[in-house]
Amino acid sequence: MAKGTVKIVVERCKACGFCVEFCPTKVLALSPAFNSKGYHPPHMVNPEKCSGCDLCGMYCPDFAIFGYKVGEKPAQKEAVHES
Amino acid sequence: MKADPAGVLTGVHFLDGDHACCEGALAAGACFAAGYPITPSTEVVERFAARIPKVGGTFIQMEDELASSIAIQGAVWGGAKAFTVTSGPGFSLMMEHIGYAVMTETPCVFVNVQRGGPSTGLPTLPAQSDMMQARWGSHGDYEVIALCPNSPQECFDLTITAFNLSEKYRVPVMFMMDECVGHMTEKVIIPPAEQIEIEPRRKTHKPHDAYKPYECNGDGSLVPEMAHAGEGYKFHVTGLTHDERGYPAMTVAAQQKLVGRLRDKISKAADDLLLVEQDNTADADVVVVTYGITSRVAQRGIDSARAKGLKVGKLRLKIVWPFPDQLIKKLSQRAKAFVVPELNLGQISREVERAAGGVKTVCVPHAGGGVHRPEDILKAIQEASR
Amino acid sequence: MSEVDFECAECTNPVEPFLRSERMPHIWCPGCGIGTTVNCFTRALIDSKANLEKLVVVSGIGCTGRVAGYLKLDSFHTTHGRAIPFATGLKLANPKLTVVVYAGDGDLSAIGGNHLIHAARRNIDLKVICVNNLIYGMTGGQTAPTTPEHATTSTNPYGTFEPGFNLPHLVDAAGAVYVARWTTFHVRQVARSMQEAFKKKGFSFIEIISPCPTLYQRRNKMGDGLDAMKYYKQASKVKNGAPTGEVGLTKTGEIAVGKFVDRDRPDYRELMVHRFHESLGDEYVETGELVCS
Repeated sequence: MAKGTVKIVVERCKACGFCVEFCPTKVLALSPAFNSKGYHPPHMVNPEKCSGCDLCGMYCPDFAIFGYKVGEKPAQKEAVHES
Repeated sequence: MKADPAGVLTGVHFLDGDHACCEGALAAGACFAAGYPITPSTEVVERFAARIPKVGGTFIQMEDELASSIAIQGAVWGGAKAFTVTSGPGFSLMMEHIGYAVMTETPCVFVNVQRGGPSTGLPTLPAQSDMMQARWGSHGDYEVIALCPNSPQECFDLTITAFNLSEKYRVPVMFMMDECVGHMTEKVIIPPAEQIEIEPRRKTHKPHDAYKPYECNGDGSLVPEMAHAGEGYKFHVTGLTHDERGYPAMTVAAQQKLVGRLRDKISKAADDLLLVEQDNTADADVVVVTYGITSRVAQRGIDSARAKGLKVGKLRLKIVWPFPDQLIKKLSQRAKAFVVPELNLGQISREVERAAGGVKTVCVPHAGGGVHRPEDILKAIQEASR
Repeated sequence: MSEVDFECAECTNPVEPFLRSERMPHIWCPGCGIGTTVNCFTRALIDSKANLEKLVVVSGIGCTGRVAGYLKLDSFHTTHGRAIPFATGLKLANPKLTVVVYAGDGDLSAIGGNHLIHAARRNIDLKVICVNNLIYGMTGGQTAPTTPEHATTSTNPYGTFEPGFNLPHLVDAAGAVYVARWTTFHVRQVARSMQEAFKKKGFSFIEIISPCPTLYQRRNKMGDGLDAMKYYKQASKVKNGAPTGEVGLTKTGEIAVGKFVDRDRPDYRELMVHRFHESLGDEYVETGELVCS
């Protein structure tokens, strides 16, 4: 079973391909489908290989994809130290 | 509110205008200054550099006037009251940041001890030839406030006024001295702190979520409330045309709304921003409109003319911008002529002519480097009254 | 199992809490690397547990200048080249703030070049992030002080012939206490360098080589953003501690990356406070935050 997965905001994607190219386990490919701006967003072609490392999220210049480990809720890794 | 006594050097002093300006800034609560050396203004920041470590605050000598004029704005958003000091060539370099202060509504004071220009001109000699630059020097449509002192005492008093107005209207204020006033030494009386009125910053007290940095309160004021960096508001400030959230808005409507408000907050406050001295204007045939050092020379000319029986009045502008259109218009209903001596080839005289609506306006030009001869002003009054 | 998590509303991109989401999508071109650097920046903020109320981003003008406006932090989009002097005033007025200058190569090293070297010389406690795309992007692809020789630009249509700046060398010579260079390929290293800079007191400078597919890569027939990233991956060589005089860039050659400088010297404020204590003794009124009345 996959250790992780990704979440994609299709409409933000500009299809640069960074996430596809640099995914260490080659989980992603650009989809044949279009978003409303005419770009091909990524989709998971090997979901079982996803480790949830979030390298795709680090690379994505459009904040359109991120990865996380299954069972972990990324936003709740408390980021913000409000004083 | 009253001035913080820490910066107020209460007492009777013998000061030149540059030093008096520095004391005015300290009394007004300025705790940050950035500057770059330039004659004849440097004494202001030299004194500030010596005084501020004992008062509490920071002076930094920046690498140029571009840096000085934006460093003060960083300091203002960090919580300080701040100013910079320069003369003509440096003032030219500061123009972009006057625009930035206008657009971002950053309260700050630009002191310009005017010298002869253009270019390097006359570094050690006076002029009043940056008056239009103070009004129009940065690109785009805008309104600012400019003051002109004519004595060291006024360099003190009106510097406080300059800071107060910049806080009240969140606008950069030009403090337009000249080399004569800056280097003239006279008695300066600095009152106790409790007699000095200070305009507090227009700080917001709204909850973080409800605050929009460029939203007017709905209380009729066109001046939004200000937050400082580090208070948790997480606000954005930009020199781009922006909406009430401070976000860039590249539309005709946003431009019209913002630039219109930036103009209106000053132009609609014309009554509050009228600061003049009038002598014998009520029944004057000729009104001499004057400001800065020239007003002291003009006084001789006016006195001589009155001794000869001419009905001459004096209107001295302490606030030059916004220009007192309504007052000039009112005086023009009776006066036959206006005489405007100034240390330039005709800048404020054109404003008088415009506001006077056809009443004869005589400029008494002087290219700078010295002051007028009183007899030349007398001669202009005599000719104008014919 | 993963289906459920995939749909869960709380699972948000780690960058999201830092963005003014209502302003998305941003203006950057497909394949531009600036957004990638923003990811690194936000990951660095998370991992360093930065106090976000006291963290301010100051940008200049240009493509990278837009970063300030997209971040949900106190943020200032200043004039062209003047982010550093604005940040200098801000930091001196309130030393409790962590002040980050986020700007492009043209902004920092051409129009703002004088401020860059003087802030480094004074050792003002600023964290300068320089996204270097080797060209003026916002205005249409003109030559920058960083454009490698022989690259074609709109103002050097027959190829650039003036030598470019080696920015790490410049700021090292001027006195920066922390100098690193990475590319947008090195996302984890960029984030780590940013964290190190947050901890470092004094003038830190991180150069991030970044693609400009629309104007630099296209005009030089170097492919798109992804091709630039592949080139960075292939041509980069980690040279931690390398003498900065040897890390200049060429159009197609090796890209020296790594942490080049990490040293300690007192920052501007420390020097100022020390001097006044020495000279003025009890007369000195030391101030923290300058709070106006």
